[in-house]
Amino acid sequence: MFELLGIPPQALFGQLLLGLINGSFYAMLSLGLAVIFGLLNIINFTHGAQYMMGAFVTWMLLTYFGINYWAALILVPLIVGATGIVIERLMISRLYHLDHLYGLLLTFGLALIIQGLFRNQYGVSGIPYAAPELLQGGHNLGFMYLPNSRLWVIVASLVVCLGTWFMIEKTKLGAYLRAATENPTLVGAFGINVPRMITLTYGFGVGLAALAGVLAAPIYSVNPNMGEQLIIVVFAVVVIGGMGSILGAIITGFGLGLVEGLTRVFYPEGSAVVIFVIMAIVLLVKPAGLFGRTA
Amino acid sequence: MTTTDTVSHVSAQPRDKAMGMPRHHMMIFIALFAAMLVAPFVLYPVFLMKVMCFALFAAAFNLLLGFGGLLSFGHAAYFGMASYVSAHAAKVWGLTPELAILSGTLVAMVLGAVIGSLAIRRQGIYFAMVTLAFAQMVYFFALQAPFTGGEDGIQAVPRGDLFGILSTRPDRTFYYVVLAITFGGVLAIYRIIHSPFGQVLKAIRENEPRSISLGYHVNRYKLAVFVISATFAGMAGATKALVFQLASLTDVYWTMSGEVVLMTLLGGMGTVFGPLLGAGIIVAMQNYFASFGAWVLIMQGIIFVLAVLLFREGIIGVLARWIKKPL
Repeated sequence: MFELLGIPPQALFGQLLLGLINGSFYAMLSLGLAVIFGLLNIINFTHGAQYMMGAFVTWMLLTYFGINYWAALILVPLIVGATGIVIERLMISRLYHLDHLYGLLLTFGLALIIQGLFRNQYGVSGIPYAAPELLQGGHNLGFMYLPNSRLWVIVASLVVCLGTWFMIEKTKLGAYLRAATENPTLVGAFGINVPRMITLTYGFGVGLAALAGVLAAPIYSVNPNMGEQLIIVVFAVVVIGGMGSILGAIITGFGLGLVEGLTRVFYPEGSAVVIFVIMAIVLLVKPAGLFGRTA
Repeated sequence: MTTTDTVSHVSAQPRDKAMGMPRHHMMIFIALFAAMLVAPFVLYPVFLMKVMCFALFAAAFNLLLGFGGLLSFGHAAYFGMASYVSAHAAKVWGLTPELAILSGTLVAMVLGAVIGSLAIRRQGIYFAMVTLAFAQMVYFFALQAPFTGGEDGIQAVPRGDLFGILSTRPDRTFYYVVLAITFGGVLAIYRIIHSPFGQVLKAIRENEPRSISLGYHVNRYKLAVFVISATFAGMAGATKALVFQLASLTDVYWTMSGEVVLMTLLGGMGTVFGPLLGAGIIVAMQNYFASFGAWVLIMQGIIFVLAVLLFREGIIGVLARWIKKPL
């Protein structure tokens, strides 16, 4: 078997695969943040907790109602998205006339509440979720072993990301959305119900986070804390990419996942902080972010 | 933050002033000081010292948020790193408490200068996210660096002898050291807020483009207030390490950053006394409800939500509006 730079290929490709999977989650979550930020002008701190809720609701559907993984892929984003809509209507919508920082503080408080409730109910040790039969097993590619469940996560997240990009950039609904991002008053004057659009956009962003949670359930253990560290990394991803572009968020997410995977091969001690280091460099060189527009 | 939500406090009339301070501020400070002098004979000294450390931490944070208009979500980095350095200095280097606290404070200052100079390149919520991300980096450093003791932290830190003479091992003795540090820090922050520098900060907070057009180097002011805030946050953390004789990962984790935001918000950001009250309430709550586990977290979340939705001025902010005097 050949070696690359003194690293056995199994290790290298294995870590690259892990990196791609992490990247899938970074991409999906930063995409949701970017969509919400575009229209609502708030940073949704609850995003990590909503991702965690996605994983938990998936587990609950299976455990309490016997509803399988494939149905959960549809149901969970709808259920968690609906809770997002309630939150937006009851609370977030009262803050639009204020400084954006209040939105951050409110959603931070909500994240604490949600995480605390789940921690009370389920502890912090984590619950396993069995992958459905179709996703068990894997392929031997010669240079590495590729488990089906991991391949599925990457493919699914690519489909979701590109689908979202297509919807926002290429459809009529997306055109309304982009127009409302630029100038909500004018769009409202054309007879489009902007407040309802804002509500649905928040629900959609939350749904994306929940979908990421469904995908995470079989490969990570379902844990009340699963979102809290992830969301901070995703914030760094968002700062690096800038929130101006949908495609930019997707590319940055996958790219940083790969970089993190490579770091784990060549300098394992640095893998936890490499994304923050990249953020520091980007802030020095291109403060608006790789794909950002200077406001 | 927005103009309407903070109570202007610097506009007191000259005739009300005593020693450069509005008379009612002076009276509150004296009353507080007198109360804290006798408090350890009534209440548990370690609890009071904890309240004071967090009061200084929140006051330092409020300098940045309430007066600089910059929401840092990573102040645990300075608080926690200073507490590690101070604990290490006291335990391994055998420094006296005042030197241990000083070294922790200096490290927080340097860290604040490094992170601050990067963070001020972005504004608003990006600033919050950048500071949070860097604080998480500091957390990972604390988790992996050899001198911090990883999950165990630095335990059994000796308090040592103040100036090499006075033993601070008894809680009551160390209490008065902490009281001096806290009051010194809070009064210094008060002085900074009411200095010409503080006025420029206020101008930048209210209208940044206009401040730039008036010829102020806005970024220099932002960096300066960031570093000052990090320094005092570090002083609080360094002192706390000696109070509990322990430096741990809790001090540097993001939940700590959230707590100081909550204390400031609850008490009233942009007020002088709000963060002190907020710190007292939150520390008391943690103390009395410690046995309820995750419910403390939930209650903090609920207070956050209520404070944002219902009383953005904070408790002291509302009081100040009632008595029509800045507090």
